[in-house]
Amino acid sequence: MSIAMITAENIVKNYGSVKALCDVSFEVLKGEIFGIIGPDGSGKTTLIRILTTLLLADSGSASVDNMEIVSDYKKIRSRIGYMPGRFSLYQDLSVEENLEFFATVFNTTIKENYYLIKDIYSQLEPFKKRKAGELSGGMKQKLALSCALIHKPSVLFLDEPTTGVDPVSRKEFWVMLRRLKEQGISILVSTPYMDEAGLCDRIALMKDGKFLRIDTPDNIIDQFDDTLWAASSSRMYALLNDIREQEEVLSCFAFGDAHHVTVPKGTLNLETLEENMRAKGHSDISIKPVRAGIEDCFMALTGRGSGDAGKTDRGNADREMKSCRKDPV
Amino acid sequence: MNVIKAENLTKRFGNFTAVDAISFEVKKGEIFGFLGANGAGKTTAMRMLCGLSSPTSGRGEVAGFDIEKQSEKIKSSIGYMSQKFSLYGDLKVYENIRLFAGIYGMPEKKIKVRTDELLEKLGFQKERNTLVKSLPLGWKQKLSFSVAVFHDPQIVFLDEPTGGVDPSARRQFWEMIYEASSRGITVFVTTHYMDEAEYCHRVSIMVDGKIEVLDSPSNLKKIYSAASMDEVFHRMARKAVRNET
Amino acid sequence: MKHDLKMPPDMIQLLSFIKKEFYHILRDKRTILILLVMPVIQIILFGFAITTEIKNNKIVILDPSRDIATSRIVRQLVESEYFELAGYLKSDKDIEKVFINHEAELVIVFADKFSENLMHTGKADIQIIADASDPNTAVSLFNYASGVISYYQQELMNENNVPYQITSGIRLLYNPGMKGAYNFVPGVMGMILMLICAMMTSIAIVREKETGTMEVLLVSPMRPILIIISKAVPYFILSSVNLTTTLMLSVFVLGVPVAGSLFWLVLFSVVFIFVSLSLGLLVSTITETQVAAMLISGMTLMMPVLMLSGMMFPIENMPKFLQWLSHIIPARWYIAGVRKLMIKGLGVTSVLKEFAILGGMAVILITVSLKKFKKRLE
Repeated sequence: MSIAMITAENIVKNYGSVKALCDVSFEVLKGEIFGIIGPDGSGKTTLIRILTTLLLADSGSASVDNMEIVSDYKKIRSRIGYMPGRFSLYQDLSVEENLEFFATVFNTTIKENYYLIKDIYSQLEPFKKRKAGELSGGMKQKLALSCALIHKPSVLFLDEPTTGVDPVSRKEFWVMLRRLKEQGISILVSTPYMDEAGLCDRIALMKDGKFLRIDTPDNIIDQFDDTLWAASSSRMYALLNDIREQEEVLSCFAFGDAHHVTVPKGTLNLETLEENMRAKGHSDISIKPVRAGIEDCFMALTGRGSGDAGKTDRGNADREMKSCRKDPV
Repeated sequence: MNVIKAENLTKRFGNFTAVDAISFEVKKGEIFGFLGANGAGKTTAMRMLCGLSSPTSGRGEVAGFDIEKQSEKIKSSIGYMSQKFSLYGDLKVYENIRLFAGIYGMPEKKIKVRTDELLEKLGFQKERNTLVKSLPLGWKQKLSFSVAVFHDPQIVFLDEPTGGVDPSARRQFWEMIYEASSRGITVFVTTHYMDEAEYCHRVSIMVDGKIEVLDSPSNLKKIYSAASMDEVFHRMARKAVRNET
Repeated sequence: MKHDLKMPPDMIQLLSFIKKEFYHILRDKRTILILLVMPVIQIILFGFAITTEIKNNKIVILDPSRDIATSRIVRQLVESEYFELAGYLKSDKDIEKVFINHEAELVIVFADKFSENLMHTGKADIQIIADASDPNTAVSLFNYASGVISYYQQELMNENNVPYQITSGIRLLYNPGMKGAYNFVPGVMGMILMLICAMMTSIAIVREKETGTMEVLLVSPMRPILIIISKAVPYFILSSVNLTTTLMLSVFVLGVPVAGSLFWLVLFSVVFIFVSLSLGLLVSTITETQVAAMLISGMTLMMPVLMLSGMMFPIENMPKFLQWLSHIIPARWYIAGVRKLMIKGLGVTSVLKEFAILGGMAVILITVSLKKFKKRLE
């Protein structure tokens, strides 16, 4: 049985009338990469700030590395690594000066834990005299990660480390995280990119201050119990609307080069849909079963209840899930 | 008909060539994906096309106007939306619409009629008097896209319009793009979501200031025998040699 | 590496933080230039308004008796390098015209039967009239003229061994409130110290909030008090540098001497620097952006220093409400104290009140801002 490095129980946080977090509970185990996946404004940053002792929760309790986040906040601060959403290093200090500074702030030296950051920092070393402000996005991110790791934290908190970063740098970043996991560091990472979910050991899908589901990415996908097809034809935009007009279809959304069509099991068969589309004048029709992705699951979870999200009303998906948060109006 | 033409468009900052002699054309009503890694030169190129900065060499034409000499005329025939700045959060929904319509010189009467139409289409009637900052992000993005095409521009430039937006809102946003394109508005869009690259009619990938490839997503996947645009992009971006800048 | 020295971890953190602060300051070339050069320019600009134009000023004499004594005084005045004679007036009605037509800078009025009075009663009156709309010049001219007159008095005494007394009265036209040239140096000192300590400290702290680095620092084991100290130290040093340059400039360039004890003057200034630093700290705890910090320290700290400290306008002439308000302006007490210590040359006992008030302010402000400094983000 693994040890829990982060335990959160019934965390609630309100900003005035806005409910940022509603009753969030979860655990992150030792050596685990735990992803909080959700769009902007779902409460990811607030949750991370509460766990890193930067904010106080209105109610609920949590501990990090077996230390209570309110009473033991000083001890926690010396044990965790934190990388905020914005690039938060000193732009007018050089790469080396930044690293050295953060090492002393955390009562250590670069030498002491160099082995931990070697992989990452070695890529930066040719530019160590360069001002941090003059680095490219990917390099800044590597430096920020090095600074967050320099004191060998037991838990690493990363708030949207890959936002605004191009797909290539994003992939590299996740490779670095896997290596840190091998060193036994537990990692809590938030991201709005659903495609990064598969790179985590376990994920929480988050929307409007609530965890919709916590599980391994595979389990979440296995729980998708509707039929999912990928459909394409020569006229994609028209196909979208034509499929939505089918009564049995729960939803139809553009997904890369094909539309993903959700239908309840056993209500419509593939051949019928294909025929119906041909009848509407589509050619080059291809409809085939496809395994759901995290994004399909997220949409199914957020859209469920009205059943017609992605069919007619455009504002509908946003209006869902207001059970906890008040309408902003 | 081509509404965007670029011929050897180049921009240098000192001895650093941010955009290196790019040439391409975009047809009317086309959805054109402008991809590239951070620092590949996308933003600089887009600024030149919007008439915000003049090229070091080469020439370009947007909506039939020269980007260097007629930049003012270009500005009135394009729409622009970026993730960072789009609408004023401390103004109400209809105030934002009226402000931007006014900036583009639309007559007051027309603004009124079109505002009602727009709010109805978006299902925002109840939010008419809501401050924009209290709208959910997905709604904001939809609204700011609508405002960007409110004056019926020939071309709309979208700079990472869907960053951080939830998956369903992101797709609804793209449906609005399709709709605008079917009305004949050309859409020039940058994105970090590679699935969105698939929705474009054609995409270009910039590497080190040059346009490395330009074709339809399906052709690109065929040429590189890749399963997705993501794969194509990675292969292209790895070619980057431009060092840390 | 430094850490081979056996220093407590707090000390290492502090030193490394202070080093970092100096990097910030030194790499921002424009700001450092402004901070170091501004005091020099201010002192010199204001200073030259005082020191120029003191030579060959035109004087006009109203001398009803025209006797030995008056002509000797006039001759001595004209022989000095400061004055040149522009003519005599017939009646005191013409005095106003002299100033309106800019015929002279100074009018000297001898009482009727000057010499006679002097010889018989041992007393005689001279009135020196100056245009105080430029108070600095007016005061210098008055000082020169009365210097010449008392020199004559001295001579007379030596000649006759009788104590003659010439009472020279001044009448200042257009600006009866009268601010002297020497007022200016304490004022500039107060302003510069307030600007650098309060404004720059608040900006330096708020900048970390704005760039997000404060988040990282708060999550680190570094104690908040150390963050504050290391923010304050560089600006304390910078202020000391400025204090030194201001004093040197006023002594060597403007010729305003440090009449009293230098030790107490410096100590008094250090107390004021502490007040300013803690004000800056307080501003930083209530603002989130650099612009807001700048505006708040500009509006609430700088404006009162300029307007209410007695630097520009004499406090005695203000409406009661503003007079009352000026009591809470630290610069008011500082400027008053510096005037006594530096200009008037009074001992430290004369500024005990100012010392106590500034010291009290420092203690209160530091306590409040330390209390308000957040260990968390809200």
